[in-house]
Amino acid sequence: MWFVGILCEAAVLVCAYKKSALRRYFLLNLYMGGVLVVELVRYKVLSQYGQGSIQYFYYYYYSDAVLTIFLYLALTMLYAHVFSEMKAERYVKMGALLLLAGTAVFSGAVVMQSSARYVTHFFIELSQNLYFVGLVLTYVLWGAILKLRETRTRLVQLVLSLGVYFSLLAANYAVRNLIPSLNYVFLPLAQVVGIFLPIAWAYAFWRLPEEARLAPSRLAVIPR
Amino acid sequence: MMAAIILVCSVVFLLQFFVSYCRSLIAASIKHPLSAEVQDVTGIKNAATGDDFARVVQLLQLCPDRPEDRSGIQAIGAYFGLLGFLRSTLAKVTPSLLAWTELERGQCTYFAAVALERRIAFSRDMFAQQLES
Repeated sequence: MWFVGILCEAAVLVCAYKKSALRRYFLLNLYMGGVLVVELVRYKVLSQYGQGSIQYFYYYYYSDAVLTIFLYLALTMLYAHVFSEMKAERYVKMGALLLLAGTAVFSGAVVMQSSARYVTHFFIELSQNLYFVGLVLTYVLWGAILKLRETRTRLVQLVLSLGVYFSLLAANYAVRNLIPSLNYVFLPLAQVVGIFLPIAWAYAFWRLPEEARLAPSRLAVIPR
Repeated sequence: MMAAIILVCSVVFLLQFFVSYCRSLIAASIKHPLSAEVQDVTGIKNAATGDDFARVVQLLQLCPDRPEDRSGIQAIGAYFGLLGFLRSTLAKVTPSLLAWTELERGQCTYFAAVALERRIAFSRDMFAQQLES
């Protein structure tokens, strides 16, 4: 599963490069490149120290937090694309940074109340909260896409696949918190979910040209 | 309590995103006209219906697999299953929902037929390359 994930992540970068979308969706590709590097190093750490080691524990959670921040930045880039015609890029960046800082402060406050291992617990908490913030932001972006009648097929599919990915992960986290005894099922399931995003993005880059357009009315769940 | 709220929100968002994602996949393929050959093979002459979906998917499985199409076909297969569930439950008491699910199921079939056409073209290319070498 791990190997398949690494292949899919590499496929996104190759597809983006071949279809000249590497620069246009720079932060998305940067995130995918980051995931690729993190996964390769994770494999090295795992094989060197073992799954129960403290090194692997720290590496897993710290790298996950960094990747979540990267993904959050990729999401802000999608916002910038959707609102590009409004020249709102500056406001999007400012809002995103403020929200990121707010999430970090909230996570810090939660950790201060509950644990002695502040730094590690902070990163785990930040990672989980950012996933949920990302999900809500993606939902808001989706609303904006419908409202603004966005027609760029590739952009729409990138946003929707991110939405599916965020919802699956947030649901996974929530179930694991609600029923910790099911961790043995839902922890590996998160890895399966992780493969969805690179496959969907590779498909969007490879199959859909940047010029492809669709009718916005086709996207709404309730037919217009 | 918080985890339960997050779970409910996530599932609602997931359904919304998943349905829209599948509709965007279908929308990207709906403009593609089917060749006469695929129309003959699938039996889709005028409008595709949901009843043809299983047959078209069976035909798809007979063709060599194309990795780039696989996730889309699986997603549409899951969407078709979701529509089938809606059709046999909620749609029975809501006629407008029944009409909508029928339309969507037909479009799923059309998506599968377009994927079949691509796979046939891919197989032909592979065969031609083998003949050349």
